[in-house]
Amino acid sequence: MAETTFTQPPETAARPDGLRGVAADWASDQRAFKNVSWGKAMMWIFLLSDTFIFGCFLLSYMTARMSTVVPWPNPSEVFGLHIGGVSVPLLLIAIMTFVLISSSGTMAMAVNFGYRRERRKTALLMLATAALGATFVGMQAFEWTKLISEGVRPWGNPWGAEQFGASFFMITGFHGTHVTIGVIFLLIVARKVLRGDYDVARRGFFTSRKGNYESVEIMGLYWHFVDLVWVFIFAFFYLW
Amino acid sequence: MAEASVRNHLHEAVAHAQVKEAGAHEGQQHPIKLYLVVWGWLFVLSACSYLVDYVGLQGYLRWSLILLFMVLKAGLIVAVFMHMAWERLALAYAIIVPPVLVLVFVALMVIEADHTLLTRTLFFGAAP
Repeated sequence: MAETTFTQPPETAARPDGLRGVAADWASDQRAFKNVSWGKAMMWIFLLSDTFIFGCFLLSYMTARMSTVVPWPNPSEVFGLHIGGVSVPLLLIAIMTFVLISSSGTMAMAVNFGYRRERRKTALLMLATAALGATFVGMQAFEWTKLISEGVRPWGNPWGAEQFGASFFMITGFHGTHVTIGVIFLLIVARKVLRGDYDVARRGFFTSRKGNYESVEIMGLYWHFVDLVWVFIFAFFYLW
Repeated sequence: MAEASVRNHLHEAVAHAQVKEAGAHEGQQHPIKLYLVVWGWLFVLSACSYLVDYVGLQGYLRWSLILLFMVLKAGLIVAVFMHMAWERLALAYAIIVPPVLVLVFVALMVIEADHTLLTRTLFFGAAP
């Protein structure tokens, strides 16, 4: 025990007590992520926690699908579209996938132009990302409407295992919510970029912190994560 | 071949980033071309995974192809679009290792689901 006390840094000043002490202790300058700002580290840690949330949803879906004695509805047919009398499997889902990937591409380029301080290009690319995201949510709303009109409910559906509806609405609903929040987040940051907030380090409305172009990259992390989750949903829910 | 070309681009970009760091360091700066190449590969991989369904492959071939394309897409997004390839290893491990533990949870739930199916089949007389 004596040895461990030697490894402690020397006491430089009296430590404050009470709530002030709590704040001071947590705010001391110990950091694990040397060249990453707190904002970026915290976004990554938030995304990690979100990974577990979506992981649990997909796991519960897997458990339901593996343990049911009733056949699981065939997603290829359920999510198919009839175009000109021909049935194309998963057509809408495929288009949604390409829309979301495109939005990730425009977002990645927005981050790049942000660091080059080309704010018009940055803002336009972010607005394009938001438009693609909104398109995605719109197509998801169409898909939900179609399935609900065909009789899919969280407690049953015309084609097979009852858990299908619950899994579908839970997983895609939560993902769609994330996309919607992302679109709002994108519009807010795009406005700040366009106004030049990050060039003059103007203070933000909520935290009164000075912004910089790293905010665009942090926003981008969230957006790419939404795309990443869709990769897994597409593979496990729609294709499996 | 596909992976090799992506890797080449990654190396170019890393070299580029290192040159940048020597000069004025400002955030994650990589050539636009890299993003366009990755974007293109994501399109190709998505088309491939869609084709798995369209062609109607079944069984283990279908599942392994779905998983392969999924992992490649996820890797490209995390490594390039989210810049994890250029972050320090401490951050990469802190973020990427914990989700791997979800696989333990998957294994547990596979056993649990098999057991549930067995009891349902045995005691409710339902045929799977």
